[in-house]
Amino acid sequence: MLSYTLKRLLQAIPTLLIVITLSFFLMRVAPGGPFDGERRLPPEIEQNLRAAYHLDEPLPMQYIRYLGDLVQGDLGPSFKYKDFDVSELISQGFPASLELGMWAILAALLIGVPLGVIAAIRRNSTADYVVMSTALAGIAVPNFVIAPLLALVFGVLLGWLPAGGWNGGAWQNLLLPVVALSIQQIAYIARMMRASMIEVLGSHYIRTARAKGLSEWKVILRHALRPAMLPVVSYLGPAIAGIITGSVVIEQIFGIPGIGRYFVQGALNRDYTLVMGTVVFYGALILLLNLIVDLLYSMLDPQIRYDD
Amino acid sequence: MSPTSPMQCAASLGAGLLLSVLSLSLGASGSAMAAQATSSISPASQDEQILRIANGAEPGSLDPQQTSGTWETRIVRDLFEPLIAYSADGELIPGLAERWESSASGLRWTFHLREGLEWSDGTPLTAEDAVFALRRLLTPATAAHNATLYYPIVNARAVNTGTLPPDQLGVAAPDAQTLTITLSHPSATLAQTLAMSEAAPLPRHVIAANGADWTRPANMVTSGAFVLKEWAPQSHITLTPNARYHGAQNVTLDEVVYLPIEESHAALNRLRAGEVEIAYGVPASHYAWIQDNLAEALHTYPILGEYFYVFNLREGSPVADRRIRRALNLATRREVITERILGMGQIPSWHFVPEALSEHQGARFDFADWSMDRRMAKARELMADAGYGPDHPLELTLRYNTLEDHKKIAVALGAMWKPLGVQVTLTNTEAAVHYRDLALGDFEVGRYGMIATIADAYDFLNAFSSDNTSNAPGLSSPAYDALIEAAAREGDDDARRQQLHDAEQYLLDNDVVLPLYDYVTSSLVDPAISGWAPNALDVHPSRYLHIDTSH
Amino acid sequence: MSQTTPAPHGTGAASAFDGQPPAAPAGDSLTRDAWRRLKQNRAAMCSLVVMTLVVLACLIGPWLTPYELDEVDWNAIGTGPDLASGHIFGTDVNGRDLLTRTLHGGQISLSVALVATFVSLVIGVLYGAVSGYFGGRTDNLMMRFVDIMYSLPFMFLVILLMVVFGRNIFLIYAAIGAVEWLDMSRIVRGQVLALKKREFVEAAHALGVRDLQVVTRHLIPNALGPVIVYVTLTVPKVILLESFLSFLGLGVQEPLTSWGVLISEGKDMMETAPWMLLVPSAFLAATLFCLNFLGDGLRDALDPKTR
Repeated sequence: MLSYTLKRLLQAIPTLLIVITLSFFLMRVAPGGPFDGERRLPPEIEQNLRAAYHLDEPLPMQYIRYLGDLVQGDLGPSFKYKDFDVSELISQGFPASLELGMWAILAALLIGVPLGVIAAIRRNSTADYVVMSTALAGIAVPNFVIAPLLALVFGVLLGWLPAGGWNGGAWQNLLLPVVALSIQQIAYIARMMRASMIEVLGSHYIRTARAKGLSEWKVILRHALRPAMLPVVSYLGPAIAGIITGSVVIEQIFGIPGIGRYFVQGALNRDYTLVMGTVVFYGALILLLNLIVDLLYSMLDPQIRYDD
Repeated sequence: MSPTSPMQCAASLGAGLLLSVLSLSLGASGSAMAAQATSSISPASQDEQILRIANGAEPGSLDPQQTSGTWETRIVRDLFEPLIAYSADGELIPGLAERWESSASGLRWTFHLREGLEWSDGTPLTAEDAVFALRRLLTPATAAHNATLYYPIVNARAVNTGTLPPDQLGVAAPDAQTLTITLSHPSATLAQTLAMSEAAPLPRHVIAANGADWTRPANMVTSGAFVLKEWAPQSHITLTPNARYHGAQNVTLDEVVYLPIEESHAALNRLRAGEVEIAYGVPASHYAWIQDNLAEALHTYPILGEYFYVFNLREGSPVADRRIRRALNLATRREVITERILGMGQIPSWHFVPEALSEHQGARFDFADWSMDRRMAKARELMADAGYGPDHPLELTLRYNTLEDHKKIAVALGAMWKPLGVQVTLTNTEAAVHYRDLALGDFEVGRYGMIATIADAYDFLNAFSSDNTSNAPGLSSPAYDALIEAAAREGDDDARRQQLHDAEQYLLDNDVVLPLYDYVTSSLVDPAISGWAPNALDVHPSRYLHIDTSH
Repeated sequence: MSQTTPAPHGTGAASAFDGQPPAAPAGDSLTRDAWRRLKQNRAAMCSLVVMTLVVLACLIGPWLTPYELDEVDWNAIGTGPDLASGHIFGTDVNGRDLLTRTLHGGQISLSVALVATFVSLVIGVLYGAVSGYFGGRTDNLMMRFVDIMYSLPFMFLVILLMVVFGRNIFLIYAAIGAVEWLDMSRIVRGQVLALKKREFVEAAHALGVRDLQVVTRHLIPNALGPVIVYVTLTVPKVILLESFLSFLGLGVQEPLTSWGVLISEGKDMMETAPWMLLVPSAFLAATLFCLNFLGDGLRDALDPKTR
């Protein structure tokens, strides 16, 4: 297991390099640049700008320059938010996205997993339909509708909670965005858990366990739950990466200073350095999380091995 | 699977591991948040005058020479005062300079700074700081967006293109209180230009010491009514009063907080919830509701902007034929768009330069007073002359940049032109691509909007001179160019006004553009705020604002 | 996936003393069996009916409504449901009939959902199954490719596709499919990693079944449970992703619309003109509910273990 982990961590370096290279050149293919706006700049000013940001150098040179800076930990200044380095923007924004995301995932796991299990055990009963229908609401209503609805009802009309803002992560400001974000995740996890649980409960080793006379709860918790978690865990890997790097919609509606908007705004503004920064960050997260998921697989199902 | 194998316990540990990692990150982020200067947004209390403003977007910078949008200059104006400032009504008043005069030829301007000016750290503020700022503005490395506005200054263009070093710029400080500016030709707009926040004197001692980091709260030193206390990107920018400001005794606010709330909906929610006092920008969908429910807080006022479409005049374009362009102009029912589609008080436009420009030249479409029937008849006639009609439709692509309002208007235009036999295809692209393509002439009919940087018609009209890279229609007219050239150098106000009028009339007579409306903007201001006044420049310096806390 | 059992030899029970092997009982094909079981699931059948109605409405409805997709009714801009004016569900902010636009939008949303989900299903399942089955270095390489795909900036990918292929609705399908198969492949791979150690796989090996057949005939069908459910979860993701793209100008262009775009426009009017949000939301919600119950029903019907 350890050697496998080390091997994967080592492989992360060339993988990330490929991601960086592909993204770097992919970005430049897109038409338009960071200085295209409503007012076309007079040629000498555009020239000045391009020179200041080294955009007038040949592309491969810019790439090498970028890699050189990257190795020293310098992600460069943002094109759009000129007073800040990309690394600062990300390190200042990430805690908010992370906190929001973590609570949402926790809620999703603590609520979604039990819901899915119950629905699977009481399959096709009323309880099943009720639980699943409620969970479905989280899928059927998009979060860009739920979020403003919550802000409107609880923030504006009832005034029970702030309508927005971050306030250093105070729980009052966290509550509504976490709810908006987790509703959807609860639904996903509950449904996947249910389907997976049903599969596992029908398997022969569960029948064996039952035949041995173990109580139903023991059967479920000790024997069925872990293998049933497998698809949920598969889903969670990339899902967590996506959630903790921020939901653009939730952040904009609730005014949360996370990094979600950088993924979208960065592209729209052609803020090359910011986009690259987010790519590096997100790429590293994905690699890490997928590694953790793979390691968890072998813990959830000991028959899974990677050393074929 | 045997129930008691250690691996099974490890499995539960695995899940626990994931959870612990998550909680640890939570803890780490929690302490990170605490470690950050989290003077979170203070709730407005009875005694403290804290003004919270929903400002639209995060500024790209707080360096005055790197900012150009209203959401940025708003903050910069509170921090740095230029030589010439604005009153609450948008009138020019003395700023750091208490008086100024020009020579008889208009080529030499002298500014006299107030006595005893200091930066917020106590360093004396002298004319050298003003000279430094102007030189820096025109230095190529600064790449200031509006540098061309300063070209009347001797050697400005040469400095900005790197031909001459900055110290050759026609600005000098004969003594600590006096600044002289030498122009290569008279400029009717110098005062306005110097009132822009980017022309403000800068603390050269701080910039020299800190370089690019000089705008950080720990380093920044200001000349305006406020200093920068805290800057958390995407979260808030907090200002506190500058004790060394020359007008500090009149500043009543204890704190100004700018919140970069981009969604006007979200801003409205925060205002209704009492979390902000001023919101710039109002969601169109709620305008009628606001008129009914928040009428006291709503201010709608014209600003110096025009919303229009440009035609591609270049050869090969389907609208190169002037008859077609005139037909489209005739068939466009501007009042329907402003009243029914937008309904936020926009002013339908039969001209190009907005009326709010106090010297509005009075150019107008000749058909402005015709009845709709007469206009449609003429339009059909022109289309038929050009060879098109409902039986032989003209296919036209209408381009706009992605925004809900632009879409609504584009849809409406398509519907209005349909009876003429025009088949409109709508294309929307993101702003960066849209404007680039328009500048390159890759369009047929495209949406455009212009907001003036200074209150001068020239700002609107020079975009169409043939050597301008912004010349989207591709207008190439010696007559037009001559008018613009003349106006750039004209010192006599009346003559200049006439030249600009003629230029505008030229655009209208030749249907170079399809003007739709003069921009208005709407702001929500809590009635407890006094000192806030609507003006066409949309400047509302915080030093004039006062919160009535007896609410 | 259907297998047919050998036709029965004679009728009735034959005795072992006939010298002939006893007749095999009349069997059912897998699909017929599954269909029968599905029919017994009331929720699923009900959902099937509703889904069919929605699809039919979206396909045929636009011909039946009195208004065009892009027809602006100048006298009814942003008005509510009003039977008298013919706008049964009201108009949108531009004065266009909401019902007509919702039905047209359904065509786009449902077709995007169908194609993108199908693409992600086929590619994802095959890729994940192959990766999980072969394991080792193959798995490693294949999954690192997936990691790379995850990390690429999605928006630029779409912009690039637009540059290369122009503005085309199939482009949206391609872009969305390109993103969604990644999740599917990881889920399937996970399942296969667990399944390939099971006895039936060993048995298949012992019988000399070739690798490809093991994957397609044995592993994939057993992994289908979570896959089907994830498909029903992919559909809403795809529909909303399409609306996100269209909103940014990278997807469907006016006057074409989709449920996601309509909902996005409608959410701004939540307080002032709720029908603009409710009508397309109702269609979307109904579709998703039906899909989910159908999916569950399908899963139950196809589950080899509960036969």
